[in-house]
Amino acid sequence: MNDDLPLTAEDIAEIAAIIEASPYRELDLSTRRFRLRLARGDGAETSLTQEWQWAGSAPEAAIAADAEHSADPDAVAAPLPGTFYHAPQPGAPPFVAVGDAVGPETVVGIVETMKLMNPVHAGRAGTVAGILVPNATMVAKGEPLIRLS
Amino acid sequence: MIRRLFIANRGEIALRVIRTAKAMGITTVLGVSSADAASLPALMANETVLLGPGPSSQSYLAIEQVVAAMVGANCDAVHPGYGFLSENATFAKAVAEVGIRFVGPDIRTLEGMGDKLAARALAVEAGLPVLPGGEAATREAVHVRAGQTGYPLLLKAVSGGGGKGMRRVDRAEDLDAALDMAQAEAQAAFGNSAVYVERFVAKGRHVEVQLLGDGTRAIHLGTRDCSIQRRFQKLVEEAPAPAMPAEARAGIEDAAVRLAQHIGYCGAGTAEFLVDATDFSFYFLELNARIQVEHPVTEAITGVDLVEQQLLVASGKPLTLTQAMVRPFGHAIEVRINAEDPEADFRPAPGRIARAAWPAGPGIRVDTHIAAGGEVPPFYDSLLGKLIVHAPTREEAVARLKAALASIRIEGVPTTAGLHARIAADPRFAIGGVDTGFLTGLAQ
Repeated sequence: MNDDLPLTAEDIAEIAAIIEASPYRELDLSTRRFRLRLARGDGAETSLTQEWQWAGSAPEAAIAADAEHSADPDAVAAPLPGTFYHAPQPGAPPFVAVGDAVGPETVVGIVETMKLMNPVHAGRAGTVAGILVPNATMVAKGEPLIRLS
Repeated sequence: MIRRLFIANRGEIALRVIRTAKAMGITTVLGVSSADAASLPALMANETVLLGPGPSSQSYLAIEQVVAAMVGANCDAVHPGYGFLSENATFAKAVAEVGIRFVGPDIRTLEGMGDKLAARALAVEAGLPVLPGGEAATREAVHVRAGQTGYPLLLKAVSGGGGKGMRRVDRAEDLDAALDMAQAEAQAAFGNSAVYVERFVAKGRHVEVQLLGDGTRAIHLGTRDCSIQRRFQKLVEEAPAPAMPAEARAGIEDAAVRLAQHIGYCGAGTAEFLVDATDFSFYFLELNARIQVEHPVTEAITGVDLVEQQLLVASGKPLTLTQAMVRPFGHAIEVRINAEDPEADFRPAPGRIARAAWPAGPGIRVDTHIAAGGEVPPFYDSLLGKLIVHAPTREEAVARLKAALASIRIEGVPTTAGLHARIAADPRFAIGGVDTGFLTGLAQ
């Protein structure tokens, strides 16, 4: 919605050079569109930092991370947020079904997060008593996926 | 000339393309998923069009929606960035059918290079050396190939890139399980589960050559070394490739140009090579027919805006740059700051950014779409931003990188910044020219 971009990397480098050669510690600039803070780091070895804040950049409500789930000792929980899959690929048989015996290292499903497939391990020995989440569902971190007995 | 450019991507690369397009006087239209509707690139684009919900399969990878969006917005060209549909020939065809220019190579090249096996064949035709291995359409065929290459070997997605769908297999008994995971990842990332087999070189360096072509003429913009990787994801990239004799570098650059000439390459592309760290012999791996994540290190040492070159070639102009005009200066290093948890085997960590203080100063460039209040959705990759340093010598560049990494403060999600500080402090990194096994020997 803007025809111009505020500052290029070269502009920032130039302003940083001006601050470095000056007695000032930081520059704090606020406009209707953005706020830019250029400041010296804390240590002797560190360089300046740039911090931006943008008006109008408010994300839509995210999938609740670390959702409050009752710590169910019989449930295998999602190790991270993402999409829970029952099978290694579409059409393939699921990793486990109700009644299957599992060991701690048994893969019971996959959580796809940021395009990476993360295997979900049972974590303990037991028998699958229930699949709590349908295939290809977004899950929060800690959400119970499978119940063991 | 391009007047209205559709950007079929998100994150830092969308912002990167918007910057150059605006500087060239081009109006930008960004296609966004609902998860990115309030992202920084969405704020910076002249216009935005909603493609669909968060998951990429329903938004950034949904060819019909993306094409409908660019037609609806009356665009005359589309920049696909990297990843997503950037090397998808079906997409490029659909774009051509509605009379819109695709900022990338022609469809024939995408078909040839998108299929890594076809790419190998073309490279062999052009006289480039390749690794032993090849196609394996069925589980049985994978086992037969594995018997030929021996272990360790690599399973690679035929339509792969970015390490997705790639697995190293050390023992025959692990092959089936690794194949399942590689195929599942390849299916999720590229919509094609096919994989192939290639011998794994123990002390290998990953060296690539930046190419520019206009269909009749091709030039190179020097080498980049991307040997420091984890799970086949590049972490650190530098230009030029360090600790390598000038003749070795020139041999790789010449081979890359030979391939680009052979296929009449059009646009910006990258030829990737595996270089033996001991004797500098090299093997062609693949040609990436798109802008690369690590393109800024080449821009830093050559002063060439690669996105501008892409847009010029796509609008039908011949290359005005000649090989003699490319005069690299100094050394540049890029590190990828990802939202990943170092305490949990660098698992991707989506979340809300509470604070983002990026380094600033002479010789420092930060390409990021992340500021305070920004959201890292769970649907896409974990890249928060790229820190690029440039200095007259490699030694000075490493010193600049250390200082910059010491000042970076990202709060709200765990990041790879600490890992990069450890890499920058490693004496092997200071010497330069490390192989792809570097991370295994990194001090904690």
